Amino acid sequence: MYRYIIKRLLLVIPTLFGAAVLVFTLLRLIPGDICELRLAGSGGYFDESALTICRHNLGIDQPMIVQFGHFLWGLLHFDFGTSMWTGQPIVSEMVNRFQLSMEIAILATIVAVLVAVPLGTISAVKQNTWIDYVVRAVSIAGIAMPSFWLGILIILGLLIGTQHFLGTPWMPPITYTPIWVDPLQNLALVIWPAIATGYRYSAVATRMTRSALLEVLREDYVRTARAKGLFEKLIIRRHALKNAMLPVITVIGIEFAFLIGGLVVTEQVFNLNGLGKLFVESVTNNDYTMTQALVMLVVMIFLMVNLLVDVLYAWLDPRIRYR
Amino acid sequence: MKANRVKALFAVVAGVAVGIGATGPAAAETPKHGGILKYVVPAEPPSFDGHKETTFALIHPVRPFYSVLIKVNPENPSSTTDFVCDVCVGKVPEPTDGGKTYTFKIRDDVYFHSGEKLTAQDVLATYKKIIYPPAGVPSARKAFFVMVDSVTAPDSHTVMFKLKYPSGAFIPALAVPFNWIYQKAKLDKDMHWYETHIDGSGAFIFDKREAGAYISGKRDPRYYLKGKPYLDGFKAIFAKKQALRVQAIRGDRAAIEFRGFPPKARDDLVRALGNKITVEESDWNCVLITTVNHKHKPFDDVRVRRALTLAVDRWGGSKYLSKIAIVKTVGGIAFPGSPLAATKAELEQLAGYWPDLQKSRAEARRLLKEAGVDLSKTYYFNNRAVDQPYKIVGTWLIDQWKQVGLKFEQHVFPTGPFYAMLRKKKDYDVSLDFNCQSVVNPLVDVSKFLSDDKSGNNYGNYQDRQIDAIFDKMNRTADKSEQRKYMRQMEKLALDTHANAFITLWWYRIIPHRSYVKGWKVSPSHYLNQALDNVWLDQ
Amino acid sequence: MAVTSADIGAELAAARPPLGKAAIALIRQQPLGAVSGLLVIVMILMALFAPEIAPYDPVKNFYQYMQMAPSSQFWLGTDQFGRDILSRIIWGARTALFIGFSCAFIGSFVGLILGVTSAYFGGWFDLLFQRVMDVFLAFPLIIMALAVVAIFGTGVQNVIIAITIPLIPRCARVVRSSALAIREIPYVDAARALGFGHMRIILRHMAPNCMAPFLIMLTTFLGQAILLEASLSYLGLGVQEPTPAWGLMLQGGAEEYAESAPWIAIFPGLAITLAVFAFNLFGDSLRDTLDPKLRSR
Repeated sequence: MYRYIIKRLLLVIPTLFGAAVLVFTLLRLIPGDICELRLAGSGGYFDESALTICRHNLGIDQPMIVQFGHFLWGLLHFDFGTSMWTGQPIVSEMVNRFQLSMEIAILATIVAVLVAVPLGTISAVKQNTWIDYVVRAVSIAGIAMPSFWLGILIILGLLIGTQHFLGTPWMPPITYTPIWVDPLQNLALVIWPAIATGYRYSAVATRMTRSALLEVLREDYVRTARAKGLFEKLIIRRHALKNAMLPVITVIGIEFAFLIGGLVVTEQVFNLNGLGKLFVESVTNNDYTMTQALVMLVVMIFLMVNLLVDVLYAWLDPRIRYR
Repeated sequence: MKANRVKALFAVVAGVAVGIGATGPAAAETPKHGGILKYVVPAEPPSFDGHKETTFALIHPVRPFYSVLIKVNPENPSSTTDFVCDVCVGKVPEPTDGGKTYTFKIRDDVYFHSGEKLTAQDVLATYKKIIYPPAGVPSARKAFFVMVDSVTAPDSHTVMFKLKYPSGAFIPALAVPFNWIYQKAKLDKDMHWYETHIDGSGAFIFDKREAGAYISGKRDPRYYLKGKPYLDGFKAIFAKKQALRVQAIRGDRAAIEFRGFPPKARDDLVRALGNKITVEESDWNCVLITTVNHKHKPFDDVRVRRALTLAVDRWGGSKYLSKIAIVKTVGGIAFPGSPLAATKAELEQLAGYWPDLQKSRAEARRLLKEAGVDLSKTYYFNNRAVDQPYKIVGTWLIDQWKQVGLKFEQHVFPTGPFYAMLRKKKDYDVSLDFNCQSVVNPLVDVSKFLSDDKSGNNYGNYQDRQIDAIFDKMNRTADKSEQRKYMRQMEKLALDTHANAFITLWWYRIIPHRSYVKGWKVSPSHYLNQALDNVWLDQ
Repeated sequence: MAVTSADIGAELAAARPPLGKAAIALIRQQPLGAVSGLLVIVMILMALFAPEIAPYDPVKNFYQYMQMAPSSQFWLGTDQFGRDILSRIIWGARTALFIGFSCAFIGSFVGLILGVTSAYFGGWFDLLFQRVMDVFLAFPLIIMALAVVAIFGTGVQNVIIAITIPLIPRCARVVRSSALAIREIPYVDAARALGFGHMRIILRHMAPNCMAPFLIMLTTFLGQAILLEASLSYLGLGVQEPTPAWGLMLQGGAEEYAESAPWIAIFPGLAITLAVFAFNLFGDSLRDTLDPKLRSR
């Protein structure tokens, strides 16, 4: 087991290196640079010498290999440097946004688990009945709906609904309040995106619960249990569900890792100041340092969650043996 | 359905009327003190250094922290010639020495928020940084001050600018809203300090910045204009999506947005909130220009370029496009609100502005045929990934050109690659380009139409020495009617005879805001009149 | 006894379920799947016969009828430029299916080849290859697409490239795991013993046996590609005006006019949802049918 974990940890290193190379190259391939963008972008007159100085000060006039060296050296020291756009340290730029993205990811996960496990179970037990069809249709609709569309509908519904019933239009706050400062303010903001993403997320998890449970229900030990005359409910709760949870945990873990930094579009709709919005802004601003740091952070989280899920898998399911 | 639309229309008209009515007596009302003004800003600013940046996204949240030497008169911001003193005493001084020396007396009661007194030395250090930046320090608008010979501070209350030659462009350059006064001591220590820190002498003290979310300020009790500011503070909230900014005002999460909304947003707000919304509107000193690549066949042919502009229905576009985009006013190369702008009769003489659209398009088709243009080909139209108004105007133009048989495919890029295409790669047939200045100064603003080796921001790959010569003559005369005459000549050459590049429609600024926001006046530029010291809340 | 390649071919053919039988089984066992199949067919017909079905030219601007509510003249209303929404949705099916199928086919096919190749060679090659796939899998998908569009611009082809690249490793990984099992089956050894080239074994003998995961990924990708295109459009970097495309129809106009002209936002959104819904459901039923372990009791 320990050897397995160590081996997996070592395999993370080449992946991280690969991600670093990939993000570095992709960003440099995008034409234009941050200096041109911020000087020419507002349509006014500007001095060409300001452009040269800006490039020099940010170090983007240096040879690629030198820039890459700086980037790697920083990574090794866990020093991400400063954002090219704001000039502020990247870590301080990220703290608040990370907090928000994390909170929504957690809330969405709660929503998803609460919905997915019971629905998936019913759907599997009542396979090929109308209940099954309805659950499947609803959950597939969750995957099929563009999340931003759902977001637009939610905001619109809130505005029109409150105007109709309360007389004055109400919309969620547009700035973030930490939950320990004012839980109500906080929830008023994050609950909507959590529902919007939680729906999609629960759809994925419901499908996985259903198919995992279906598979387990056909295993020999369930048949044995049934043959022993145990009640169906007991079989499902005691035996089947427990084992079917493994792939469900996998899906939840991977989706969770995806949500941190993956809420790109939803954060745009609700104007959430999270990592996803920062991602889009830094890519479109050609902010090399910030995008690089974000990609490395998201890749790292993704790899760690994957590792955790796999270890959990190995630990929970004695049938899986890793060499 | 129809009844609804009519009703909606009435609501809008009523709303606008209320808006205009409300701003009239507003000056007579006694301002109330207190309250926090919340407003939305479409983008997060880059560094905090106004001398270095060019975006309005820095002006809106950070300008209130600083004072400047002179500014556009906040009571009359739509005027293009009315400037007043900010930290100087009295009126904006008249030049002496045959128009070559300007002497400013600096106020004695201005303090930086860090506690130190503002002196002439600080103003001097500020303008030295802007005009003669040391190596490694960028100054975006250095070239605005080419006429300046020296700037000195004979004593702690006086700043003196000596010019090489008399120039009408000097005072507007001084009034550029980015020329914030920094502290000499801080600049001496570190020229880059103001990129990441804020310490001004404006009406508000920097309070807090939450990365990506907002910047807030609180009232400076020592502010030199007694009784001001009226607000206790402000909160500038960043919100990229326009729809969300509109909803924020509707849901009263913010009271105002200072850039400008499309007409539809105004109508929706007025319909939903009635007299709780006040609308202010103004012509806007920004315009999208159709830049044609003179190096790409067949657009090297003046006939083809003329056909491009002849195909566009500007008068019609002004009516229907203004319903969905922030553009409206038909105009030539000079800002339509300025005395130098062409009259309607003058415009109608120009290609692409003819009152008879059928005739205009027939001429376009004839020219295309005569030039032997391959109409089966699809040409490359370069555009910027911004909805308002880039993509809407772009989509409209493509439809206009289709009417005379020219096919274009729209290629859209984010700002970085978009400008790389215009400035470096230059591999487009036709592109949209943007001209937008802060202080209205048509004499200089039209420099976009100069030869590309002379203008610096003309990306059309052409030289036109005739136009360069007229431009120089226009800028060396003080006679208004002479200036106007040269402006017409330049316009005729640029838009019609040589058909170098085209004006689409001028932007139109619509600010629907919560009616409790008082004291703010709309100006022809979203860069101007943003000190917020005279804004108050009627709550 | 000498084993000829013909024998192996016959054996392979027998191993594959006959197509017609599978279709009948699908309808009988998967009513939801059948419904979704029908939806898919309707969509394909819509795309194929768009010029015949659509009441108007999808890029014709009726400036006198901007933002008209649904009526007998314009069944689903008009958009902000005065274009007929129904016509744009019908033509949009063409764009959606073109992008969907292109991305799904290229993505899953390249993924299939890469996955099988990786499993076939194994060892160092496999290890290295897996790391490369890991990088692409861990890389935020929409950010990769954004970067690709920023590099190449927004034509339909570029959008397809942007969406396909992140799809490939997802398919390769799934295919690889089933190919690993197939590699152990004796006939691959037999083929190798006969001296067949690597390419031939990979393409002719192993790839066809990975059809189940391949088909499942393909149908999943169809929906995903359409959704990704919509997301890119929402960020302003998808297919561009005036091309009729569903994602594009939802961008800009949809939010701006959501309240006063909700039909602009609702119908294209419904079209996307229905299309992705159909493809996913179809894929789901396919999975249930193709995967014998999941076959109903």
